[in-house]
This record gives sequence, C-alpha cells and structure tokens, in this order.
Amino acid sequence: MTFLLDLALSLVLIGGGGFALVGSYGLLRLPRPMQRLHAPTKATTIGVGAALVVSALDLLGQGQISWQEALITLFLLLTAPISALFLAKTLILRGEADPDLPATGTATDWATLDSPPADR
Amino acid sequence: MILPHALTFFLACIALSLLLNLWRLATAPTLTDRILTLDTMAVNAIALVVAYGIRAGTGLYLEIAVLFALTGFVGTVAYCKYLLRGSIIE
Repeated sequence: MTFLLDLALSLVLIGGGGFALVGSYGLLRLPRPMQRLHAPTKATTIGVGAALVVSALDLLGQGQISWQEALITLFLLLTAPISALFLAKTLILRGEADPDLPATGTATDWATLDSPPADR
Repeated sequence: MILPHALTFFLACIALSLLLNLWRLATAPTLTDRILTLDTMAVNAIALVVAYGIRAGTGLYLEIAVLFALTGFVGTVAYCKYLLRGSIIE
C-alpha cells in the first residue's frame, strides 16, 4: 500500500513537472500575444496543483492534516481566470491583441472600458 | 522510495521553467507579456516552495506558498489596473 501510494505520488509529480515546463515553454514559443496568454494560465496551474496534491497526500501519509494546500489550490483556481481576464483586457486596450479578433456576435464590441450594455 | 527522485525531477522542471521565464522577461515583445511572465514566475515560485517543503518533510513552507499566492495575484492585478486606468486606487 505504501509502495502504491509512493508510485502514484511520483507519477503525479512527474506529470505536474511536465505540465509546468510546457506552460513556461509555451509562453516563450507561441507566436501571438493572445495565444501566449493560454500556456501559463492553464498548464502552469496544473503543475502547481500536482505539487499541492502530492504535498497534501504526503503529509496525510505521515499522519498530519494540513489545510493550507486546499487554501492555496482554491485561491489559485479562483485567481488564475481573473488575472487572465485582466491581461486580455490590457492586451485589447493597448492594441497589442490580434487585429482580426472574431466578432462578438452582439451589438457591442469587445469590452475594455465601456460600461456593460444594460447601463446605457 | 521513488518519491525523492520524482521530487528531484519536479524541482529540475520548475527551475528550468523559471529560467525560461527569465529569458521571456528579458526578451518580451510587449509590456503585457512582462506582466504575464511575472505572474507565471510567482506561480512557479509557489510550486518550488511547495516541492521544497515536501523534501524537507514539514508543512511550514506552505505558509510561504500562501503568501506568494496572495501577493502574486495582487501584483498582477495592480500592474494591469495601472496600464488600463493610469492609476491603481481611484
């Protein structure tokens, strides 16, 4: 049982390390700014998640229960989309996004500093 | 038994990621890329601290990771807000 837990934790850790590396390499390699936004916000979060899962289960195997892992996971999962949204807004406002963004399909354009349609 | 070796591999991956991030920070084509890279570096630093905590066998390092998670997010949002609005607290 201990060996199986050890093996599972090692596999999770190796996978997470690969994801973190892919995230940072994608940030360096992808050609367009909006594409570069994707790599770190998703892949790197998975990499940290793997480390947190392994840390929680490893401490649990030693008989300790720690809540910080759950707290960090929750906080990262809550804040990663918000930072991505802010960065996308910054890209659009500064004109660094792709010039041929797809149409929004509504009467309003991509939002940056405009108030929401209901307020007008 | 194999967990320490997996941990070494993970630490090497994160270290390489941080080096790639530094390279991106130096050669970033846009200002927004620099903010994104700083955010990624904060997340990678959390992974590094957590992995070192597993190796040290104590949960104490998680406190540092919590602080990194909080300040990294606030820093990213503050930089973006400054570029978007020209001020942070309006």
